[in-house]
Amino acid sequence: MAKKVARIGEDEVTKNGWIYTVIFTIVSIIFVSPIFIVFMNSFKQKSFINLQPFSLPTSETYVKWENYTRGIQQIGFFDAFKNSLIITVLSVLLIVLCTSMCAWYISRVESKPASALYYLFAFSMIIPFQMVMFTLSKVADMLRLTTPIGIVLVYLGFGAGLAVFMFVGFVKGIPLEVEEAAIIDGCNPIQTYFLVVLPILKPTCITVSILQTMWIWNDYLLPYLVLDITEYKTIPIAIQYLKGGYGSVDWGAMMAMLVLAVIPIIIFYAACQKYIIKGVVAGAVKG
Amino acid sequence: MNKSIRKYFPLFVLPTLIAFVMGFVVPFILGIYLSFCEFTTVTDAKFVGFKNYIKVFQDKSFLHALGFTVAFTIASVITINVFAFAVAVLLTKGFKGTNAFRTIFFMPNLIGGIVLGYIWQIILNGVLARFGVTLQYDAKYGFIGLLILMNWQQIGYMMIIYIAGIQNVPSDVIEAASIDGANSWQTLKDVTIPMVMPSITICTFLTVTNGFKLFDQNMALTAGGPSHQSEMLALNIFATFYGKMGYEGGGQAKAVIFFILVAIIALFQLRATRSKEVQQ
Repeated sequence: MAKKVARIGEDEVTKNGWIYTVIFTIVSIIFVSPIFIVFMNSFKQKSFINLQPFSLPTSETYVKWENYTRGIQQIGFFDAFKNSLIITVLSVLLIVLCTSMCAWYISRVESKPASALYYLFAFSMIIPFQMVMFTLSKVADMLRLTTPIGIVLVYLGFGAGLAVFMFVGFVKGIPLEVEEAAIIDGCNPIQTYFLVVLPILKPTCITVSILQTMWIWNDYLLPYLVLDITEYKTIPIAIQYLKGGYGSVDWGAMMAMLVLAVIPIIIFYAACQKYIIKGVVAGAVKG
Repeated sequence: MNKSIRKYFPLFVLPTLIAFVMGFVVPFILGIYLSFCEFTTVTDAKFVGFKNYIKVFQDKSFLHALGFTVAFTIASVITINVFAFAVAVLLTKGFKGTNAFRTIFFMPNLIGGIVLGYIWQIILNGVLARFGVTLQYDAKYGFIGLLILMNWQQIGYMMIIYIAGIQNVPSDVIEAASIDGANSWQTLKDVTIPMVMPSITICTFLTVTNGFKLFDQNMALTAGGPSHQSEMLALNIFATFYGKMGYEGGGQAKAVIFFILVAIIALFQLRATRSKEVQQ
């Protein structure tokens, strides 16, 4: 009886399977269509974009790469890309290295100050950025952290909460015996950490890196307030800059720059899709 | 072991601690202090007591932004979770292409709020143009536009969490239900949904915080227009600080109130997830 029921269930799924596949294919196409619409419009003359965003470029409206060259010039896209890349890569490396060391220390040294520090890090996770945005930008300004290198320290400070919290959660699960064995074999804490602990922490390092990359790469407000934006723009700042004040927006350049902003994300996603989805789930469950 | 590590405090903890004090502790404490001051920069602050807070509660734009934010958060929590859960249930049925569909639905989550805002601005304005209006014509268009944008961005993320939850439901429980004669709707309602309650709690709180703290998307899609009518709390605070001179104290007081509201939500979240852990 049980077998029969299970088989009926299976038959149902396979019988209707192709219908689901067809429906979801159509839904997926509609789902990604906004990106294709932007892509299509990036080749149209700017005055036609707002009027007919859903029509294909015609011989009259097609402008080749004109929007791209103009947009790249207007906002200095490649400088912005370089800044975004430097800031994101350095910040993520520094956050992973420093906060994992800090988390290991906090978990292994059982003292009141250490656990107080842990609760302070956990508390910082719930603070909305608006709470500290004004004072943080003034502090960063006073300390001359208004460059792509300087802002890395700001990201370490503001991103430490979540990262320490996640690392502590993982370190607590590592059996002490492994580390004790290393100490008995004559390792000092530095060797123990880098040769024994860090390799075990690798999955959490990946999760933390993914979450911080997604945050820092897309972050707008913090770099906008901290960086000296006449000199250094990141991609989100450059795109917002294209809108300018209340004047009219150059939608041709805007479409082209949106395409250029999305392409690195799609490449990153295609390359580390598996880690990204895993990391996001792990981060969501813990955070 | 404990003692030997302690000596290494400067190497292991100090770099993070210095950055944390500078990037969080000092700005936070200074921020609370400044909310009781009149100032234009950190060094010219003058203590004025609760004056800023009193002003905030007389500020119609702030109260409007609070109402708009609460309404938007409720609408986005319901729509995102219903759609994400429905998609997750369908995508765990086992047919060709489920992995590809998951990948596609998750993708918008990686795109930043500013970029998303402009992508949807051109599309929604293109649709609205047929009715002779724009996103900034009326706050209700901004509201619905923002709702569509946030659904597009977050359904995939929540879907992934729901899928993980659904796949954790043991298959023999589902089989037992079907042997007992439950149809697929009854199985979903009485077996699957109670079993994935932890995922529902997580996704609900994630969508609540995301909705409540929304900034980039709000700024890029409508910039609060028309005349602050589609402005949410975070954008309202930003506009108070940097929009007009002399309102910095009010902006900081708003930021403290915002922080308290977010902290209350987080406390509820902690209690909800804790009580779930006990049950399991």
